[in-house]
Parts: sequence; structure tokens; C-alpha cells
Amino acid sequence: MDYATFLQILDSTLRLATPLLLACLAGLYSERSGIFDIGLEGKMLVAAMATGAAAYLSGNVWVGTLVGIGASLIFAGIHGVASITFRGNQLISGVALNFVASGITVLIAQALFGQGGRTPPLDGPARFSELTLPGAEAAKAIPIIGPFYAEVLSGHTILVYVGLLCVPLTWWVLYRTRYGLRLRAVGENPASVDTAGISVVRLRYSAVAITGVLCGLAGAYMAAGLQAGFGREMTAGRGYIALAALIFAKWRPWYALWATLLFGFFQAFALRPDVITRTFGFDIPSPALDALPYILTVVVLAGFIGKATPPRAGGEPYVKER
Amino acid sequence: MTKLPRWADVVLVPLISLLLAAIISALVILAIGESPWEALKTMTEGALGSPYAWGYTLYYATSFIFTGLAVTVAFHAAMFNIGGEGQAQMGGLGVALVLLALPVWPHWTVALVAAALGAAVFGAAWAAIPAWLQAKRGSHIVITTIMFNYIGAAVIVYLLVSVLRPIGQMDPATAHFPPGTHLPTLNEMPVLNLIFVKKVPANVSLFVAIAACFGVWVLLWHTRLGYEIRAFGKSDRAARYAGISATKVIMVSMLISGALAGLMSINNVMGESGRLLQNSSEGAGFIGIAVALMGRNHPLGVFLAAILFGFLYQGGAELGLWTTIPIELRTVVQGLVILFTGALDQMVRMMLGFFFFRAPESPVTARAA
Repeated sequence: MDYATFLQILDSTLRLATPLLLACLAGLYSERSGIFDIGLEGKMLVAAMATGAAAYLSGNVWVGTLVGIGASLIFAGIHGVASITFRGNQLISGVALNFVASGITVLIAQALFGQGGRTPPLDGPARFSELTLPGAEAAKAIPIIGPFYAEVLSGHTILVYVGLLCVPLTWWVLYRTRYGLRLRAVGENPASVDTAGISVVRLRYSAVAITGVLCGLAGAYMAAGLQAGFGREMTAGRGYIALAALIFAKWRPWYALWATLLFGFFQAFALRPDVITRTFGFDIPSPALDALPYILTVVVLAGFIGKATPPRAGGEPYVKER
Repeated sequence: MTKLPRWADVVLVPLISLLLAAIISALVILAIGESPWEALKTMTEGALGSPYAWGYTLYYATSFIFTGLAVTVAFHAAMFNIGGEGQAQMGGLGVALVLLALPVWPHWTVALVAAALGAAVFGAAWAAIPAWLQAKRGSHIVITTIMFNYIGAAVIVYLLVSVLRPIGQMDPATAHFPPGTHLPTLNEMPVLNLIFVKKVPANVSLFVAIAACFGVWVLLWHTRLGYEIRAFGKSDRAARYAGISATKVIMVSMLISGALAGLMSINNVMGESGRLLQNSSEGAGFIGIAVALMGRNHPLGVFLAAILFGFLYQGGAELGLWTTIPIELRTVVQGLVILFTGALDQMVRMMLGFFFFRAPESPVTARAA
């Protein structure tokens, strides 16, 4: 594999890793607060549909993004009501919302546009445009680092950079702010947080809301950045890959970046069978690459490579003592 | 909070959950500019209006009984087996490998027994690794079974595209199963062919499914193993103290669960399509979750809930055919049923509690007001 091809693959790695990263960080907030969320997939999907529809109707990608975040927040809210207020089974709620999302997106898109459950293609200001980082042209002359800067880092839509910035931001919020300390505490031992006079319910709702916003961004990126418009089931299991990445990352923000980049790399690699054949001298069937993130996650879960310990109070509704 | 009477908990709670799901679905239909009444009429007519329609409803119900029972058995051991989809597809692989092994089968009964064994073994095998990881390494069964759904799908795609596809065939599927493997459909069976005159997909596996319901009932409530499973599910610490092996219960309940999920393939792969296609289970593994929740984890409840979902599935398909409402409506309804029966059941109980005990006695009932 020559350097230019390698850069091409890294470039699409970054593109494909972004929705995974945003969804993974989304899940991180929720799960760190003790609310399991297997509904990342559904939230991304409704956000993608809402973004596609609103961006087309308004002709403005930012309106689309806001509507997408709103749709994702509604689903996050239902998950919150079911799992925090009514202390329901968080896993079942997540599964249910994924189903609702899978059906309702097609229903709404069909009712609005009548194009078989798609939204019309987006172009111009209804899509995220690609940003060229400063000095990208000039940097090309520098060997090795220059093309990397110009080809891989530069030339993405804004949400890619937003996603990357969310990593240090999440780290800072989680480990350097009072909110983050409380968030981590409520996922480990909600009773102690309650004893300190902090509302467990409010804290968990806030975490679920952040999850909603980040999933909304992931969905908006799918519909208006990675692709031009919404198509049925367009998230194609990315919510579950993000969930896998979250476990792979042991619920930590920087690890989440590396995990999603790794899984994005697998996806990018699977798209280039020609490169695989040339590099390894034999074919790797693309289903094998598709399955790799899941296999790796099972291996990590099994504790063969390090140990992934989930937040201790995860999945358990908090009942105040009376 | 005072507990609801048992009959209310067993009958009223699921019915009200179902009603809530139906109301929201009706609102969804209204919102997309269609008539809920027309939709219901189309669904009822197309799924229950004639023996022909019942033939389809029962066909879907057969698959859902198997997957519903699979979730039920695991639930009783406090395991949430979300991997029915992958186990069912692997079961399909088992059916295909067994049936393609012989060039001709002497009789469909022999083929059915062999294929059912293949389906059960493959389904159980696909549940075995997550079960072992849960029992020995403490990996969360929900996450591992989700991962195994995707790994299973990838394995099947690879096998169908690169290994099992006959030379010269374009679509990724196995060869058609050899003669002697065709399962009699309801319209081909004596007596029943008086009712079912047109060709229907429901086949003899319906009776296998009903037998499985009975088998699961006997297993859970009338055997030592069933007692161990239920005891472990209620309180794993008490069960351990009583000398019940956690590893054994987790492994055995998940293996039975996987085998039941795999068994659905005798209905769709052997009975209907006659070869293994991609995504053979078509979401039936997931519907098993809804069926088990709706059926309150009892075989009789599972049977009734499976027929309800068979109605929903067939009715939804009719909607897609005859109206402008997309077929995806059934996915929405299915999700809503799971949401209300599985996650918001506490809300329904609180609502009911308010009606049962008018004067709010505790803060919990008061909040429902």
C-alpha cells in the first residue's frame, strides 16, 4: 500500500469514525450516570430523518441539525421517563425505542415526501460543506506530514471537528468539573450522591439529555454530512458499533476516540477490497471486517484484554430509601 | 404501595399496555393523514377474515412462538437473551446443512426430525459462547448476544456468498433443499384441508411449536431443572446458598433458549422458503422479546401473544399492499408494545393502582395522580 492510498483510507476512516465517535460519547454520558442506553441507534436514526427532512424543507443545514437534535431529545426523554421516573427496564426501553425509530422514520419520510421512505437529496446550503483548514494548500509541499495535514485532517465538514473537540471537552467535564464528579458518582453509587443532597433524578435526566444532543449531532452528520439525505435504516447498526466502542473504550473519553477510529478504520478498509488484496496478497472477505468490531468487543468483555468494568449502578433504577 | 390483585396484574396490565400502544399507533396513523379505522379494518380482514388469511397469521405466529419461548426460558433465569435473531439465523444454517447433506430424503418426518435437531444444535451453539462468558467471565449477556447477532449475520453472509451458493447462481442463497423435505402445509393435511382450501404457508411446524409450549411449561414448573432455573432467576444468591450451580443454570437455560430460537427455522427455512436465504429470520428473533413480555413469560401467554403478533405482522403486510400506509407501521406498533409492556409497566401499574385504591396511600400512588 503506497502512502497516497494509505492517506485516502485514513481520510475515510475519519469520516466514518465521526458518527461512531459522537454516538459513543453520547452513550458515555448516559452510562456513566447509570442509565444503560442501547437506543443510540434509534436516536441517531430519528435525528438523521429529522435533519434530512428539515434541511430539505428549510434549505438550511443548521435548521435541519436543530430539528434533528430535537427529535433525538424526544426519544432520549422517553427513555429517561421510562428508566428514571418509572424505573422500568432500561435495556427493554432501549430495544423498544430502536424499533419505534426504525418504523416511524420511514412512516414520516413517506408521509412528507412520498419517495419510498427517503428524504429528497440535499445540496448546497442544505448540506454541511467541507472546510479547508488554514494552510492546507501550502502544507502539501512538506513531505509526509504535509499531505497528511492536507488530505486527512483538512477538508471535512464541521461536525467532524466538533466530534474531535468533544473528546477533550468530555474528558474535562468528566474529570475536572463538579458536574463530572457527580455524574461519575451517580453511576457508581447513587445513594451516596443522594446523601450529599444532590438530586439523582435531575443528574440522570441531564446526562440523558446530553446523550440526546450528541446522538442528534451524529444523526445530523449521517444525513447532511456523510450522505446527502436520509435513507431508510441508514445508520445500519452504527449505534450498536458505538455501543461496542464504548465498552471497548472502558467508558473513557480518550479511549473512545481510539476505539471509534479503529472501528472506523475497519469500515474504511472494508470499502476498499482492492487495497486489501494488494496489501495482504489474499482476499479478506468483507463480512470478516464487518464483524471485527463486534468480535473485538466480545474479547474485551470477556476480560482477555484488560477488563471492562461498567459503572456499578448501571441499569439499576434508583429507589430512594423511605 | 398496595399490590394489585393477581388477576389485574396478569390480565389487566398487558391489556392496558396493549391499548396504550394501540392508541398511540392510531395517533401516528392520524398524523400521517390516514384513517386508523380503515387501517384496523384492512388489518383484521387481511389477517383474520378468512382461512387463507389465518394461514398467514398462523405461519408468522409459529415463528414467534419459538422465539417468544426462547426469550421466556432465559428470562426465568434472569437472563435477557436479545440474541434470538442471530440464534434463529444460525438455526437456519443448521437446517440447511442437514437437509443438503442427503440427495433425497425418504420421508418428510425423517427430514423434520433431522432438521429440527440441526436447527436446535446450531441455535444452542450460538447461545453457548455468550452464556459461557456470562457464567465464567461475568460479561453482560445483553451486550454479548447483541454482538453475536451481528457476528452471526456476517458469518451467514460470508457462507452464502462464498461457500454455500451453488455455481452459476446469482443471489446469495443455498441450493433448494432436496426432494422429501417439503413439510405439509395446513391445506395439505387431512381434515384441515377442509378449512384451508387455498395454499397457505402455515405448516406442520405449528404443531411442533404448540408442543414446544407444552414442553416449556412442563420444564419450568414440573421439573427439578425448571425449579432451579426459576429459583436462580428470583434470587441468584439464595439459589447458590441452596446448592444450585449458577454456571449450570446459566448455561442450560441459555442453551435451551438458543435451541428454541434456532427451531423457528424449521418453519421459515424448511417449511416456507425451501432454502437458506440472507436474513432468514426477518426480525422474528426480536419480536420474541415483545411476545415474551406480552405473554408475561408463560407458555400460554406466549402462544396468545404470538398469535397477536402474527395478526400484526400479516395485517401490517396487508396495509402495505392495499393502503398507502407503509408496512413499517408494524415495526412502530411492535416497538410501542415492547415499550409499554416491558419498560413502562410500572406506569401502567401505578395508573391501575390509582383506580383500585382511590385514596392514595403512599407517595408512589400519589405521584401517579
